[in-house]
Amino acid sequence: MEDKLVLGGREIDNRLLLGTGKFPSKAIIPEVIKRSGSQVVTMALRRVDFDSQQENVLNYIPKGCILLPNTSGARNAEEAVRIARIARAAGCGDWVKIEVITDNKYLLPDNYETITATEILAREGFVVLPYMSPDLMVAKRLQDAGAAAVMPLGAPIGSNRGLKTRELIRILIDEIEVPIIVDAGIGKPSEAAEAMEMGAAAVLVNTAIATAGDPVLMAEAFSLAVKAGRQAYLAGPGLTREYAEASSPLTGFLREVQEA
Amino acid sequence: MSFANVCSQFKGFDFDGFFNRIQPDDIIKVLGKPGLDRTDFLVMLSPAAEGVLEEMAQKAHRLTLQHFGRAMVLYTPLYLSNYCVNVCSYCGFNARNRMYRKTLTLDEVEAEARAIASTGLKHILVLTGESRRHVPVSYIAGCVRVLRRYFASIGIEVYPMEEEEYRVLIQAGVDSLTIYQETYDEEVYDRVHVKGPKKHYRYRLEAPERGCRAGMRAVNIGALLGLNDWRRDAFFTGLHAAYLQDRYPEVELSVSVPRLRPHLGNFPPLYPVLDKNLVQILLALRLFIPRLGLTLSTRERAELRDRLIPLGITRMSAGSCTKVGGYAIQDTGHGQFDIADTRNVAEIREALLGRGYDPVFKDWHPF
Repeated sequence: MEDKLVLGGREIDNRLLLGTGKFPSKAIIPEVIKRSGSQVVTMALRRVDFDSQQENVLNYIPKGCILLPNTSGARNAEEAVRIARIARAAGCGDWVKIEVITDNKYLLPDNYETITATEILAREGFVVLPYMSPDLMVAKRLQDAGAAAVMPLGAPIGSNRGLKTRELIRILIDEIEVPIIVDAGIGKPSEAAEAMEMGAAAVLVNTAIATAGDPVLMAEAFSLAVKAGRQAYLAGPGLTREYAEASSPLTGFLREVQEA
Repeated sequence: MSFANVCSQFKGFDFDGFFNRIQPDDIIKVLGKPGLDRTDFLVMLSPAAEGVLEEMAQKAHRLTLQHFGRAMVLYTPLYLSNYCVNVCSYCGFNARNRMYRKTLTLDEVEAEARAIASTGLKHILVLTGESRRHVPVSYIAGCVRVLRRYFASIGIEVYPMEEEEYRVLIQAGVDSLTIYQETYDEEVYDRVHVKGPKKHYRYRLEAPERGCRAGMRAVNIGALLGLNDWRRDAFFTGLHAAYLQDRYPEVELSVSVPRLRPHLGNFPPLYPVLDKNLVQILLALRLFIPRLGLTLSTRERAELRDRLIPLGITRMSAGSCTKVGGYAIQDTGHGQFDIADTRNVAEIREALLGRGYDPVFKDWHPF
């Protein structure tokens, strides 16, 4: 059976989504994307320098990739909507990752403004992927508003602290029908694998790859981990037992009695 | 509540006594903490911390990488006018200095904009002296409307204004405010600001907050290092940034660390700030507020700037000129101070890439 992630009507094989910020140079980005095999790549519209061949990050993203412009810098729904419209008008496609952040200290998303922006943009035909603090009621509202996926954070952006919100994400995976993509906080490939084993549909990684000693190698490591985690999820892990299975069971005599 | 209330909590505080009690072990203990409070920040600014700069630098570097990655936002200053009514003993624009004064016409602003934009820069910082007669708010707004055709982000570093005036400039296209307190010590402030409206300490102190309230996206503060004991001024700068960040979490805050430079009038720094002191200030600020932007201007020489990058710098000026009309006009007004890093934008771009940093020409998209 083929295992594809369907987002906004597109079939996606590779479940590692990549961010393009924080890299030592834009020139390294094509190799990072190639080695990771990522098909969906996000970039902050605020950083896209449309006037410069050399500095325009879009020129470093291979043609086959799905562009996922994000609304970094938006402080409310209205600003996020305006940024999304600018991105579409500039030729970045219909996909948008909504990021509404009013808190520069922890960079935590504003769920309420995010819902509003999602409602507006989904109505306008965007494929909306909202970044959010994991909360079941908010996720339901986002789903009802037409979000193509819901993107809860594992830990604050750039913190590399892993799946701190594990239990909340688990609930979203169980209860929400649209794909759950873990975005932000994943610091190590093992954590990406864990998210996938739990049943996340995909993960989005930026800081952990961009600030690694060898970003290209780390991108590949993440890609492998995401595949491994996904396969483990599909395989269905064996039962975990609290105690080892004793080779001389204490209740074995019961079976012996029956057999006799 | 105003930041003045925070400052007044430290009236009479025995800084020297505090610093004298700090041992190297205290610094190591603070470095092990997940976050620093005010006292920890002051520990990081102590003379004892000078012996632990490398350990501080390692942690500051890691935090910067985590929060900002290897990105460096570039900008350049554009001086609109050097008219000034203030008599400030440390500044080249001092009203008593006999020099050629000039205010750019809108056509000249456009010529300057074109010259700067041709280098690829998208972020511009507009500067003037303080003369509401020569440089009224309406004039600045007019210049900004010209500049927005060429730049993605426009900051102002002008005289302190009313909240409503900041709103007018935001409406015209300004998104960020830079204003330095120069020194947080009221007595020193009064002494070096000999005459003029700038003597009003508290009006200036509260200007960044008025900017935040008016809706500035980014606010950059700082002290002019060399006017006063740098440990105290760095401490209050950090507290000021923390105060603003707590109250206006939607604003991107950053701090500059300008050291006094040679200028017309030659006022020697009262408290020289050595390279190692500058490093300590940057590291202490980064450790105190990990997400704080740190801005480094061309006041510093090229070799030093390059070495300060990994310690926590997130924004640098490039290809700067402090003369009015210095980018494209023949008839230039006298500059505010002499710059030390004279590399052009392309050279700074190369230097950054060579050190594993991505020069970011555009970090905002106006809408």
